[in-house]
Amino acid sequence: MDIYNMKAHEIKDKLQKKEISAAQVVKAYIDRIEKVDGKVGAYLEKDFDNAVDKAAVIDKKISLGEDLQGLAGIPCAIKDNISTKNVKTTCASLMLENYVPPYDATVVERLNNSGAIMLGKANMDEFAMGSSNENSAFKKVRNPWDLDRVPGGSSGGSAASVAAGEAAFSLGSDTGGSIRQPASYCNLVGIKPTYGRVSRYGLIAFASSLDQIGAFTKDVEDMALVLNSIAGRDYKDSTSYNIKTPDYTKSLSEDIRGMKIGIPVQYFGEGIDDDVKKSVLDSIELLKSMGAEAIEVDMPYTEYALAVYYILSSAEASSNLARYDGIRYGYRSKNYDDSIDLYIKSRSEGFGDEVKRRIMLGTYTLSSGYYDAYYNKALKVRSLVKKDFENAFKKCDCLVSPVSPTTPFKIGEKIDDPMSMYMLDVCTVPINIAGVCAMSIPCGFSNGLPIGLQLIGNYFEEEKLLKVGYAYQKNTNWHNLNPKVGE
Amino acid sequence: MGISADDVKYVAQLSRLEFKEDEIEKFTKDLSSIVGYVNKLNELDTEDVEALVNPIYIENDFREDDIKDSLDRENVLLNAPEKEEGYFKVPTVIEG
Repeated sequence: MDIYNMKAHEIKDKLQKKEISAAQVVKAYIDRIEKVDGKVGAYLEKDFDNAVDKAAVIDKKISLGEDLQGLAGIPCAIKDNISTKNVKTTCASLMLENYVPPYDATVVERLNNSGAIMLGKANMDEFAMGSSNENSAFKKVRNPWDLDRVPGGSSGGSAASVAAGEAAFSLGSDTGGSIRQPASYCNLVGIKPTYGRVSRYGLIAFASSLDQIGAFTKDVEDMALVLNSIAGRDYKDSTSYNIKTPDYTKSLSEDIRGMKIGIPVQYFGEGIDDDVKKSVLDSIELLKSMGAEAIEVDMPYTEYALAVYYILSSAEASSNLARYDGIRYGYRSKNYDDSIDLYIKSRSEGFGDEVKRRIMLGTYTLSSGYYDAYYNKALKVRSLVKKDFENAFKKCDCLVSPVSPTTPFKIGEKIDDPMSMYMLDVCTVPINIAGVCAMSIPCGFSNGLPIGLQLIGNYFEEEKLLKVGYAYQKNTNWHNLNPKVGE
Repeated sequence: MGISADDVKYVAQLSRLEFKEDEIEKFTKDLSSIVGYVNKLNELDTEDVEALVNPIYIENDFREDDIKDSLDRENVLLNAPEKEEGYFKVPTVIEG
């Protein structure tokens, strides 16, 4: 098998057994990127020289007979809103086109410590706003399963890089589905950990009460390895939660007998494609045949989650993005009259349309006279959405639902109608609003396009998601299928 | 509650953004459709419901006030669009 199609744990195994070298692994991925990324567009910035140097260090350790740590020698891509010291971090925005962070995000530091090798920075929707990756200021990402279709967003480059064999795993961020939806569209495993499970220090903020860093992998076993290296409390992020980080590889068990799987009826309503619904229901039948017990649960506030999400995420974005004023870093307009005009021109020239739309919506909902009607109202309904989850988890270990109502759509199909694009997030945003964890895993195809299954877990119960996901993958083959791109 | 072109112009000013006339038209249409949708929340009576700002309650967790290295000035200024003698350079704010 080609190295670039291997799972991270397979590469790890072969490195340890000295069947392959880290230099070979890195070269295989660099060659693959050179071959296919012109078509896919997953990378914004490549960092090959450093990658080759790091591989040499790992090979030295192997030759000295040292045990390899967590992700030693495994090549990865990092979403371009996660700060990387001395490597450009643009958020796919003209605003940060030349921004070079003077420090590493905590997750990057942790990946470095576990020996992972970064190949470059992954393309995305500008400032992580979008569901199709068409909002990158620099170039579109294309779905490796069908180059005329979107890879999903906003972590589209992170997803496409792994799906196309241009990285063994990647990091992304998920504010309303930005990891799970592209994972679903690209036939990958994608996790949004519980709010507070993974440090966000160095993640360029979009909506601070919703943002969470997570990862894309080819299978659940790889996800356990990646989580082991990035999860845990960080004194630099006061919202990272003070709770023990388990060894996630220990939760990989095939035995799910007696586990209670909740089916939230509201996630299967109108608007969900028949093929998507069928694949998810078939998956539930499979989990039942493996000994899990399925029970229907009622989550009546689900239908309000999307409205809550677009109010809160936009309000928080309008506040977070106020920092881009052309003074300390980022784009500064060349033509301005005075300091106020400098802010206005720099922001109007530096931000793309979707970012402006969110800033405008957020500013509107926070403005005098509307604050109570929109922002405060949304915070109240947020309580109700959270209560739905609390009630559901009294009765079951995890919930199962679709990730996206559809399979990947054509590039350009929805870009002129923001509302139709927003509707795609209907099954993923409730999870961010409540702050619980969820993972997308491959569960089928429709007309050659991947479908994802969403497993939703209670606060800090990622282990249950991994357990169910691992058992599911032991009994299915979807996650072993690779796209034909480049052949 | 619809959104007018004047609303859009006012919010643009608050947001420190400016738009051409045709953009105003487009944003008025887009924002009206989004706000129309989120008005759905008014179906719910939330009189006695508490607002939830953060999904998980985290007690203030103070660290020791130790002196640690911070980024040096040169590094911080590396990304400045304009700088002079170790400072960010900005347009004149107070007329002399």
